[in-house]
Amino acid sequence: MSDTTKSGQDFEAAASRNETVAQFEDTRRGFVGQVQHILHNNPSMVPLTVLVAAILIFGLLLGSKFFSPFAMTLILQQVQIVGIVAAAQSLVILTAGIDLSVGAIMVFSSVIMGQFTFRYGIPTPVAVVCGLAMGTAIGALNGWLVSKVKLPPFIVTLGMWQIVLATNFLYSANETIRSQDIETEASFLQFFGSKFSIGGATFTVGVVFMLLLIIVLAYALKHTAWGRHVYAVGDDPEAAELSGVNVHKTLMSVYMLSGLICAFAGWALIGRIGSVSPTSGQLANIESITAVVIGGISLFGGRGSILGSLFGALIVGVFTLGLRLMGADAQWTFLLIGLLIIAAVAVDQWIRKVSG
Amino acid sequence: MDQKGIGLMSDNTPIVQGRGIVKRYGHVTAIDHSDFELRKGEILAVIGDNGAGKSSIVKAICGATIPDEGEILIEGKKVNFTSPIDARNMGIEIVYQQLAMSPALSIADNMFMGREIRKGSFMGKYLRQLDRPAMEKFARDKLSELGLMTVQSINQAVETLSGGQRQGVAVARAAAFASKFIIMDEPTAALGVKESRRVLELIQDVKSRGIPIILISHNMPHVFEVADRIHIHRLGKRLCTVDSKDISMSDAVALMTGAMTPEEAGVAA
Repeated sequence: MSDTTKSGQDFEAAASRNETVAQFEDTRRGFVGQVQHILHNNPSMVPLTVLVAAILIFGLLLGSKFFSPFAMTLILQQVQIVGIVAAAQSLVILTAGIDLSVGAIMVFSSVIMGQFTFRYGIPTPVAVVCGLAMGTAIGALNGWLVSKVKLPPFIVTLGMWQIVLATNFLYSANETIRSQDIETEASFLQFFGSKFSIGGATFTVGVVFMLLLIIVLAYALKHTAWGRHVYAVGDDPEAAELSGVNVHKTLMSVYMLSGLICAFAGWALIGRIGSVSPTSGQLANIESITAVVIGGISLFGGRGSILGSLFGALIVGVFTLGLRLMGADAQWTFLLIGLLIIAAVAVDQWIRKVSG
Repeated sequence: MDQKGIGLMSDNTPIVQGRGIVKRYGHVTAIDHSDFELRKGEILAVIGDNGAGKSSIVKAICGATIPDEGEILIEGKKVNFTSPIDARNMGIEIVYQQLAMSPALSIADNMFMGREIRKGSFMGKYLRQLDRPAMEKFARDKLSELGLMTVQSINQAVETLSGGQRQGVAVARAAAFASKFIIMDEPTAALGVKESRRVLELIQDVKSRGIPIILISHNMPHVFEVADRIHIHRLGKRLCTVDSKDISMSDAVALMTGAMTPEEAGVAA
C-alpha cells in the first residue's frame, strides 16, 4: 500500500507544480469550441460534409437520374483532370506558395508526348517519358526561382505560365493531333482513357490514377518526414530551417513533384479528350486553386489535407452535373462555386482562431 | 588583456573554449579578438549592451556564423562548424528567441523536426513511415521529466499552447537532444511574470541534469537568479567573466555600459 500512496503523492506534487503554466489540457468549453477544435485537427471535414450534403440534396431532388453508379462515376471522370492537377496545386499551396503554371505545364507535356511521337517518330512510351521529364524540369525551374532566387511564387509561376503556354503554341504550331490518328498509331497515349466497368459504374485508368495519387500523397504528407517538412516549410520557413529542415530541398522536391504530376495530368488529358490539343486545359490553374481552396487548404500554407482537395474537386463536379441535370443555367454553377470559395476561406480564418 | 581567471580553473577541461575569435562584416568588427569559456555543469549568462556583439559570439560558437580568426574548442577538441546543423550533430542545442517551431504541427512533430525516427520494419525502410508511437512516447517522457506534461495531449498543435508552454516544449526539445550544452537566446523575453518563473525553473532543472547552459539575456534579475557566472561582453569582446555572487546587479550594468572598469569593480581576474 505504501507504494500506492507514494506514487499518489508524486502525482499530486507534479500536478500542483503544473498548475502555474504547464497545463496542456484543453480548457475551452461549449459546442462551438468543440466543433472548432475538431475542424482544426481534421481540416478536410468541412468539404467532406459539404460533398455528402450536396450529393444527398441532388439525390433527393433528381432521384435515380443523379443517384446512380453511372452518374456518380461520370462525376469522377469529369473531375479526374482537375483532381490530379489539384493534387499538385495542394503540395505547392501547403508550402505557402501557389502554382499558376500547372495548366500550362499539363498542356505542354501532352503536346510533347504527342509531337514527339508523330513529328519525330519516337516510340510512344519514350515520348511519354520525355513529356513527364519536361513537366518535372519546368517544375524544377519554378522551384529553383522560388527557393534560390527568392522570388515570390505568384510572380514566378505567373511568368512561367505565359512562357510555357507561348512555347506550347510556338512548338506545336497550334496544331491538333486528331483522336483517330492517336487511336490507330499511338494508343498508348490514350492509356488513361481506357475504361472498365464494375456493375453500372464506369471507371477509367485516369480516375483510378487520381484516387491512387491522392492516397499516396496523403500517406506521404502524414506519415513521412518529407511530409512533415512540407507542412513545416509552409508554416514558417525560418523556424523549419532552424529546426534542421533543408528548406531548399523540400521546396525543390515539391515544385518538381508538382511539375511531374501536371505532366501526368497532361497524359490523362489525352485519354480524356482523345486528341492532343494545345488549346485545351486553359482553366486548369484556376479550377485547381478552386478545388484546393474549397477543400480547406489554407492559402497561407502549412494547414489542410490533400484529401480536402479531392473533396473540393468532387464538390465542383457534383454541382456541375447536378445543376445541369436540373436544367439550370450553367452560370448558377459558377455562382455557387464562388460562394463556396468565399465561405471556405471564411471557415479557414475561423478555424485558425484556435491559435488564440 | 588575458582575463581567463586562471586561478579559478580546475583541472576539468572547459566544455567550450573560444580563443581570439574575430568576425568582421566589411568595415564593422562584430567580434574583436574575444575569448569565451563555458565550464562543466554551469549556467553561464552572456550579457552586454545592444550591439556589443553578444549574439555574434554565441553564433560563432554554434556554427551560425563562421569566424574569420581564432579557434573554438569543444571539450578540448578544435572544431570548425559550418552550420548550426554541424553543432547540433555534436550535441549542441539552441533555443531560439523566436522558438523555431511550426505552430500548426503537433508537439511530437515539432520535437522531432529534422531528426524524425522511422520505423525499422518494411514500412519504415521502403515506405519511409515515421515511427509515431516511438516519437510520441519519447516526447511525452521528456515533457514529463520536466514536469510539463498531462498525458493525453502530445498531439496537440503547438499553436494551441501559451507562450510559456511553447517555451517549455522548446526547452524540453533542447534538453532531450543536447549531450554537450544548450544555448538559450532570451528565453524569457516574450513571457509574462508567471511564465518566466516557470521557464527559469526549467533552466535550473536542466542544469541539475548536468547539462551546461549558455544564457543570453537582457533581464538582470533573471540572470542573477540562475547564472553561476556572468560573461560581460563589451565592444565586441569579453570584458570579464565574474561569479554572479561576487558582483552586484548595478555593478554588472555599469561594467556592461562602460561606466565602470573591471578594476574599479574589483573583479579583474
